[in-house]
Amino acid sequence: MRFSYFPGCTDHSSSYEYGRSTEAVLETLGVDLVEIEDWNCCGAAATHSLNRLLSLCLPARNISKAQSAQVGPLVVPCAGCFSYLKRTEYVLQHDEAERKEIEGIVGFTYEPSLEILALMDVFLNRIGLGKIEEKVKKPLKGLKPVCYYGCALVRHPKITQLDDPENPQYLDRLMKGLGAEPVDWSYKTDCCGADLAMTYADVVKKLVGKIVSMAKEAGAHCIVTSCGLCQMNLEMRQDIGLPIFYFTELMGVAFDVKNQEKWLKKHLINPKGLLESLGLS
Amino acid sequence: MEALTNMEKANKTFLEEVSKRSGEKLSLCYQCLKCTAGCPTAPNMEFRPNSIIRMIQMGKKQEVLGSSAIWFCVYCQTCGTRCPNEIHIGVLMDALREMAMEEGVHAKEKNIHLFHEAFIQSVRRGGRAHEVTMLMEYILRSRDLMKGSLIPGVKLFLKGKFPLLPSFVKGKGEIKRIFEKCKK
Amino acid sequence: MLEDRGAAFGLEGRGKRTREFALSETLLKRSDPRTLSEAIMKKLGVFICHCGVNIAGTVDVKSVAGKMGEVKDVSHSADYIYMCSEPGQQLIRDAIREKGLEGVVVACCSPSMHENTFRKAVKSEGMNPYLCEIANIREQCSWVHQKEKQKATEKAEEIILATLKKVRENEKLEAISVSINRSVLVIGGGIAGMTAALDLAEGGYEVILLEKEQALGGHMTQLSKTFPDLHPALPDLFTKAKGIEMHPGIDLHCYSEMEEVKGYVGNFELTIRKKATYVDWEKCNGCGLCIRDCPVEYVSQFERGLGVRKAIDLLYPKSVPDKPVVHRVHCRYFIDGSCRKCEEVCPEKAIRFNQEDERIGKKVGAIVVATGFDLYPREKLGEYGYGEIPDVIDGLTLERMLSVDGPTKGKIIRPSDGKVPKEMVFIQCVASRDPDRYMPYCSRICCMYTAKQAKIYKEQVPDGQPYIFYMDIRSDGKGYEEFLQKTIEEKGLLYLRGRVSRIFQDNGTVRVLGVDTLTGNMVEVAADMVVLATAVVPSDGVKDLAAKLRATVDRHGFLTEAHIKLYPVESSTKGIYLAGCGQSPKDISDTVSQASATASKIQALLSTDQLLQDPLIAFVDEHICSGCGICVEICPYEAREMDSRRGISVVHSALCQGCGACIGACPNFACELRNSSSIQTLRMMDTFV
Repeated sequence: MRFSYFPGCTDHSSSYEYGRSTEAVLETLGVDLVEIEDWNCCGAAATHSLNRLLSLCLPARNISKAQSAQVGPLVVPCAGCFSYLKRTEYVLQHDEAERKEIEGIVGFTYEPSLEILALMDVFLNRIGLGKIEEKVKKPLKGLKPVCYYGCALVRHPKITQLDDPENPQYLDRLMKGLGAEPVDWSYKTDCCGADLAMTYADVVKKLVGKIVSMAKEAGAHCIVTSCGLCQMNLEMRQDIGLPIFYFTELMGVAFDVKNQEKWLKKHLINPKGLLESLGLS
Repeated sequence: MEALTNMEKANKTFLEEVSKRSGEKLSLCYQCLKCTAGCPTAPNMEFRPNSIIRMIQMGKKQEVLGSSAIWFCVYCQTCGTRCPNEIHIGVLMDALREMAMEEGVHAKEKNIHLFHEAFIQSVRRGGRAHEVTMLMEYILRSRDLMKGSLIPGVKLFLKGKFPLLPSFVKGKGEIKRIFEKCKK
Repeated sequence: MLEDRGAAFGLEGRGKRTREFALSETLLKRSDPRTLSEAIMKKLGVFICHCGVNIAGTVDVKSVAGKMGEVKDVSHSADYIYMCSEPGQQLIRDAIREKGLEGVVVACCSPSMHENTFRKAVKSEGMNPYLCEIANIREQCSWVHQKEKQKATEKAEEIILATLKKVRENEKLEAISVSINRSVLVIGGGIAGMTAALDLAEGGYEVILLEKEQALGGHMTQLSKTFPDLHPALPDLFTKAKGIEMHPGIDLHCYSEMEEVKGYVGNFELTIRKKATYVDWEKCNGCGLCIRDCPVEYVSQFERGLGVRKAIDLLYPKSVPDKPVVHRVHCRYFIDGSCRKCEEVCPEKAIRFNQEDERIGKKVGAIVVATGFDLYPREKLGEYGYGEIPDVIDGLTLERMLSVDGPTKGKIIRPSDGKVPKEMVFIQCVASRDPDRYMPYCSRICCMYTAKQAKIYKEQVPDGQPYIFYMDIRSDGKGYEEFLQKTIEEKGLLYLRGRVSRIFQDNGTVRVLGVDTLTGNMVEVAADMVVLATAVVPSDGVKDLAAKLRATVDRHGFLTEAHIKLYPVESSTKGIYLAGCGQSPKDISDTVSQASATASKIQALLSTDQLLQDPLIAFVDEHICSGCGICVEICPYEAREMDSRRGISVVHSALCQGCGACIGACPNFACELRNSSSIQTLRMMDTFV
């Protein structure tokens, strides 16, 4: 199974854990990733905040590169990148005038057949839960995570076309498949305010505080995310020491992949104590 | 007692301009406040999302473009997902910020604006975002020492999660051209 | 004992006899000895309904059922969760059969709910239905004593005991059969009356349609386009009006009024006054020469003051029927005899200056009242300028402007100077939803017609700005909300939430002072024109008409229905039905639905030649009646008359409604109500006091 792959700017920086664990897990499952040649930044929150056209053209360049690579669907692990690429895809498919403008600036002709997929979509709907369960060596028995989807994956549903925007289940199903016992809670898609993480720490602290304390109240051992910004923000702005995992890290634990230490040590909140206490380390 | 005497033509244009620019059907707003009720940053806005829409309808251009509300929106799209009339306030806020900058309206939330600018600059230079140069630029321009952010930032740096050297694209020329053509 | 109680009832002033003595004396004289002991039942059944928790939640039904089982002559007592359900009724039927019950008391909800159900149930076991009585322990007990369960239980017992005493002395009765007239009168020729008349005529019933104006159509003829589909009003209306004019089963009387109504359901006797038109409509060919040549013009009410009409004229062009009327107060012939122009030009010699009002008698079995509405007069609205600001008009006036054949040929212009208004203010809830000064109710049509008018205005004046002041938007009809949102989206209407404080004339404009409550800002508009969506009120003369029909009206003058939810088209008088805005404000769709509902109800009512009536009416003991005639005077239904041959008063069984007025008034105790005799009532009272 081969996919075109967009790692995103944080792949080797703030989302180091996500990048490495994703690679290791996909390797275990026998999936080939072909990185888009010379990909560029998706533009992120800053670009669409100040310049709509630029925020559509930057992802469009990546779409054009993925299109010409002809590898297959484009997989995007970072929820933020995914949402900006999907937003551009939506405009390319629904607004002819804007499509022509973008095509002119980027220098390509849009091909609607290119699929853009979130990583968890690939796991659940392309690889399949059955295959994943086969690879589980160390079931995450006794681990009670809450699954946190944040904003970018599920909103706006017409654009991301992924799971239910009010009560998404993808991550929960995946966690169950790994043998964990995901806890039901009501803050799955509340915003953590990451866009203001550097400028309004106090505002963000309140939002993160709510999410983290509600996870704790629900009886969770940790929070599972699929977004680089959420993960960093939730770790950085809390003060109760609740571990925040990328879902691929927990897949790595369950698959018992090698060299987990390489990324697990990068967390601001060390998750090893939790894993050890459950005999998972 | 502030009285609004007849809607001036210019004010009516504001609604039309914002509607056109954002593509949102703003006159449909019920003022049901579903947007504000779910907005994570509404408590920090001096005008809540629903009020922004009403103010656009009433032609309050300066107040809207000069508001902090348009900078506090974090584009979480909770409002847009739940709006009964499918008004995407996130998209609307994008359009309002663009208009504010074009009109030379001083950004009420200067730091948020500068942070976005710093990010874009970092992408302009190398095609990819680079945390360290972006934060340096932001700190220098805003003179915001990021009281609350400095310590976690240093921690991230020490964990090796903020690499010193940026990663550049090869096609810098392509990126430059895109930036040029998207220049406002 | 009874003597004292008689005093308590205010009966002590009735001569020297005590009530007890008088009664026993009276009863002994009766030719029918039924009321004495031999007729008294020995085997009674009591059935107590839980009504879910409605009764059982307050009254201890099990204990009541137990106690009732011990009462003398009660041979069966049972309780059940829903006695009105099929298994509940089966309990009653089984007990009658197995225990040979002679009378039944069902303790449950109000008799208006299920008396009929249970009477049918006992009848199916061969029991006379009038030997089944309801003890109301819900509305009159459990619902009102929810906080006092013990006392409520005791009260329920007393109510049942009293009802047992009554039923023991009930007579076996048969329903009274009355022959009926199968034609129908419809009062009002607007969309409601026309719909009802056509539906009935199509169903094969003879219909008399009465319209006070000279042509059909009512207010709908004044409308331009109608929401939510924006169809022009007139073509839809003409289809109905022409259908009526040509229908052989409809006897149309325009320019006519109801003078007198006698009788009762199935047999109403009417006197209709056909007002003099001074034109022989049989001869008139509708050529219009008389109108053309009439020299007198006066301000037209139909055009809401925006146009003029002639002293001889149609109500509106191409009206149905298209016959003119000479308006006496304006006609020079009638004022000073100075003009006979119409008579001179009429090619058919149809002018009849000597015509007089004509009275015609008719008989019908049922009546539809479809009297319609008016708008609350702007002249009474102080803060909106007492109707004295020329550029402040009401919604109906704007409708005339918007009508292509109206006084402005469909153009919206300022009445003061004919200019096109660029700043246009619409105000909703004018005199509606204002319990303190005007009408407390919502007029229900204003939100939608204002949106429609603003839409048409914006189409006509694209650079104009409509402002709509509102309290809430009520768009509850099918497709209404969608219409409204689409209009707002396409036309950029500016809705301002808040009532206007006042409006006044200022230098050629109309100043409108209000607030936009959504921003909290004061709003002042220098408007070119203001349209007031004034309250819908019942049309003139409904009160008088209602009195003639013995129908009731509420404090605003709207005709009252028998039951707001279950009998919304029936009036409180049998055989009289309500349709359209005379009952309450409503739009065309609802009006047409209600009108068709009256037609269906009437078709069911008149589907047989005979009408069965409840026999629970007054009767006279002819041995006692002295023929004083007091009862004849007091009867509100004209159901009593003197039999001069026998010198006594008799009861007209078809007319009597069993109200009991004659029983109270009779100085000789000669009147009684079937199955509610004085002795039964006193025995019931005995239980309570």
